[in-house]
Amino acid sequence: MSGKVHVEATLNGEQVEFLCEPRQSALEVLRDVLGFTGAKEGCLTGDCGACSMVMDGRVVCSCLVLGPEMQGHTIETVEGIAKDGEKLHPLQQKFLEHAALQCGICTPGFLVAAKALLDKNPKPTEHEVRFALAGNLCRCTGYDKIVRAVMDAATVMQGR
Amino acid sequence: MQAFTYEAPRSLDQALSLFGSTGEKARALVGGTDLLIQMRAATRQPTVIVDVKSIPELQILSFDPQSGLRLGAAVSSARIYEDKMMQDKYPGLTEAAWLIGSVQIKHRCSVGGNLCNGSPAADTPPALIALGAECVIASAKGTRTVKAEEFVLSPGRTVLQPGEILVEFRIPAPKAHSADCYQRFIPRNEMDIAVVGVGAAVTLNGDTCTAARIGLGAVAPTPLFAKAASDSLVGKPLNEQNIAAAAALAQKIATPITDMRGTEEYRTHMVGVLTRRVLTEAAARARKK
Repeated sequence: MSGKVHVEATLNGEQVEFLCEPRQSALEVLRDVLGFTGAKEGCLTGDCGACSMVMDGRVVCSCLVLGPEMQGHTIETVEGIAKDGEKLHPLQQKFLEHAALQCGICTPGFLVAAKALLDKNPKPTEHEVRFALAGNLCRCTGYDKIVRAVMDAATVMQGR
Repeated sequence: MQAFTYEAPRSLDQALSLFGSTGEKARALVGGTDLLIQMRAATRQPTVIVDVKSIPELQILSFDPQSGLRLGAAVSSARIYEDKMMQDKYPGLTEAAWLIGSVQIKHRCSVGGNLCNGSPAADTPPALIALGAECVIASAKGTRTVKAEEFVLSPGRTVLQPGEILVEFRIPAPKAHSADCYQRFIPRNEMDIAVVGVGAAVTLNGDTCTAARIGLGAVAPTPLFAKAASDSLVGKPLNEQNIAAAAALAQKIATPITDMRGTEEYRTHMVGVLTRRVLTEAAARARKK
């Protein structure tokens, strides 16, 4: 009744294929099946955003996407943010400079959500940044440094 | 999560046949932003999940000046928000859909799922009710239509019978000088479940209100149509006094509970506040149309 499903998808630009039970979420697939442990399990209820991934250009909670739903779609995770896996994206650089992380558990989710924002809206206001990141919770920093890092990264990316 | 089978039919016929044969064992999946959480908590335990996102009829988003809006049950909040027609013709329903959850949630959730989940506090039902939305339900045996305000029977329970799915909403085309609005009160800026939600749609002829509908959320076991409050405005100017009177009538039918989100008294008070605000805003929007 609950046999495994064969899924093909694009992950950070590469073709992947895997087997999963229908009840395995995309988060479980990323972490436990494909070995991409960047996305984190924070709540499993879509409240914390630590599991954020981009699916067909839209940031979503991977804990609320089923493995089979990934079929044929394009997925981007935090592992794909640094160019060639080495050169830090301005967001990553600014997170470090602004000390926008302490324990770091929320950071992959914030980076994915912030990058998705800047890819769509390169010059967000602070209000727009906070709105776009409302689905990402941080227990350590109080958000201020995160917001400053995102605003600063936007400036850098605009060449301003 | 309990194990289940996953199906992703590409046609409505295929889906209806599936639902017909699986009955109570099956649940439709759109965004999964309520269902997957419930399955993890074992409050809903379907053994068949039918992903309805690939069914064309459930992804319709079209407007006709005569017949109005057809909104497929699976259309995402994000798609609604980004649609110029929706922003222009149904700003209240659009803002209701765009208030659900976070950006992550909005990219997946749907108005159909929001209604079918049957929460008394759902954001879109008050806006749907204000617009006089009709819900088109299909099964292998045929289709039927239910008014939005009659769709939810009790918390978590809707009129959907085993074998039935919600296919689309049909909403009349707005008449000249008509507009809708939805506002809710929550403790934070985003993310929370509504403490109180109010939707209103009005039509003006000069200064006179010729049509009004008010929908209330989170203040009763189901979303409500505030009929007396709505009727009280017809044939009158939409001024502060009449709006206040309508708000008082809306408060009368609210039966909120006291819970961690707010007290009975506070929620009843907020029904008055938000009803005044959405009527005022809907009127301002209607004057510009």
